[in-house]
Amino acid sequence: QQVAGAKDGVPSTDEKLTPFDDVTQYNNFYEFGTGKDDPAANAHRMKTNPWQFTVAGAAERTGTFDLEDLLKGLPVEERIYRLRCVEAWSMVIPWVGIPMAALLKKLQPTSKARYVAFTTLADPKQMPGVDSPFTGIDFPYREGLRLDEAMHPLTLMAIGLYGRTLPNQNGAPLRLVVPWKYGFKSIKSIVRIEFTEQRPATTWNLLAPREYGFYANVNPEVDHPRWSQSRERRLPNSLFNPNWRPTELFNGYDQVAGLYKGMDLRKNY
Amino acid sequence: MAAANSVNPKSWTWIAWPLGALPLAWVLWQGVTGGSGPDPVAALVNALGWWALVLLLVCLTMRPAARLLNIPALVIWRRTFGLWMFIYASLHFLAWATLILGWDPGRLATELSKRPYIIVGAAAWLALWPLALTSTRKARRRMGKRWVKLHRLIFLALPLALIHQFWVQKSGFGESLAFLAVALVLVGYRLRGRFLPGK
Repeated sequence: QQVAGAKDGVPSTDEKLTPFDDVTQYNNFYEFGTGKDDPAANAHRMKTNPWQFTVAGAAERTGTFDLEDLLKGLPVEERIYRLRCVEAWSMVIPWVGIPMAALLKKLQPTSKARYVAFTTLADPKQMPGVDSPFTGIDFPYREGLRLDEAMHPLTLMAIGLYGRTLPNQNGAPLRLVVPWKYGFKSIKSIVRIEFTEQRPATTWNLLAPREYGFYANVNPEVDHPRWSQSRERRLPNSLFNPNWRPTELFNGYDQVAGLYKGMDLRKNY
Repeated sequence: MAAANSVNPKSWTWIAWPLGALPLAWVLWQGVTGGSGPDPVAALVNALGWWALVLLLVCLTMRPAARLLNIPALVIWRRTFGLWMFIYASLHFLAWATLILGWDPGRLATELSKRPYIIVGAAAWLALWPLALTSTRKARRRMGKRWVKLHRLIFLALPLALIHQFWVQKSGFGESLAFLAVALVLVGYRLRGRFLPGK
C-alpha cells in the first residue's frame, strides 16, 4: 500500500539500500520473540488500525487520540537513513515519516517538558513474546529522548518504508527513527508519549545499565562491554564478504554533535 | 546385561561419522544459499558454536543411553561424536577469527584478553584439545586409567561452554536454561552412585 503524500526529504545517501526483504524479515522486536525472524512470523497478529495513542505529561494537548486524526495534516517525507544496531550490524533504509518536530509542535509541550518518554504496545494477546518468562525484559518496552534530541530535524516518526505502509514487524503503525543512535532507541509501535521533567527510565538501560546507556549514541570509541563497536557488518553480507566497515561517530550524522557539546561521551554512553 | 541382538555395534560404528557431518553440511548450505538470512556471517558463527554445545551434551548422553536402551554401540559412537564436537568448536573459533575479526592480530589480542565471555569460550575449546589428541584407540590403551581421568576434562569444558553460551546473548535465556537443564540431568545421572548406598 503506497503512502500518500510521500516526498523526498533530507538527508539522503548514495549508499546501497538494504533490500526490502531483509529490512522486513530480520528484526529485533522481542514482543514477538527473540529470534530475528520471529517478528516477521508473528507480527501479523497485531492490529494497527484503529490505533489509540496517548499523549501525557507536560503538554497542552494531552489525552487519547485516534492516531490517524492526530497525524492528519502533518508533513510526510522520505528519508534514507543508516540504521546501526548495537549488535554491530547495519542497514540502509528508505523510511517514510513525519519529522518528529512537526508532531511535537502540534502537541505543544510546556516549558516544564525536558524529556519525551515513549511506550510500545504490550498486549500478550497480540504479542506472544510479552508473556515469555525468558526474555528478561519487563514489558512494555520504554524509550526516551531529551526534548532537544526529539526536536532535531533528523528525528523522524516513521509510518512507512520503501514507499509503503510500515510492516508490523518494523513497528507499525508509528515508530521512532533516531539515525545517530543505536537501533534500540528507535522504539516501535508507540502507544504513548509523555513529556517529563525527569529523565525517563528506558528498557535496555534498566536491564543492563553498564551495557546500554540512556544516550546510546553510535560511537566507535566506546565499546559495548562484551564487544567492539568500532566496526559494523553492513547487511546483507555473505560468507565470502562479511562486509565490515568502520563505524562513524553519531553514525556519520555530524550535524547532531552540537546536542552533546561539553558532554563526556564515554560517561554518557 | 545382555547385548541387544538387533544391533551389532561393530558394523554400525561408521554411522556416527555422516550423522555428525549433517549439521555442518546444512549450516554451510544455508549460509551459502542465503537460507540463514541477511547476516550469514553471524548465523554461521553462532550455529557452529550451538552444534558444538549440542554435541557435547550428546557425548554425555551416550553412556546412559547405551545402558538404558541396551545398545552398547552408542558408547562407540561417543568417540566419533566427541571428535565432531571438537571439529565444530574449532570451526566455531575459526569462523569467528576469520569472518568477525579478519585475523587482525590487534583485534584478536583485544578480544582474547578483554572480553570475559570470549576467554571462557576459548578456555572451553582449549580443554577439548587433550581429549581430541588422545582419542585414538592406541592412546586409550596406552594410557589406561590416566585416559579415563584425563577425559574428565569434559566436565570442565561443559560449564565453561554453558557460561559462554549464556553470556553471548543480549537477553532471552530460555535456550540457556534448556541447555543447563539437560546438563544437570546428565551430570546428575553420572554422579548418582556417588551419594547412594549400595551402588
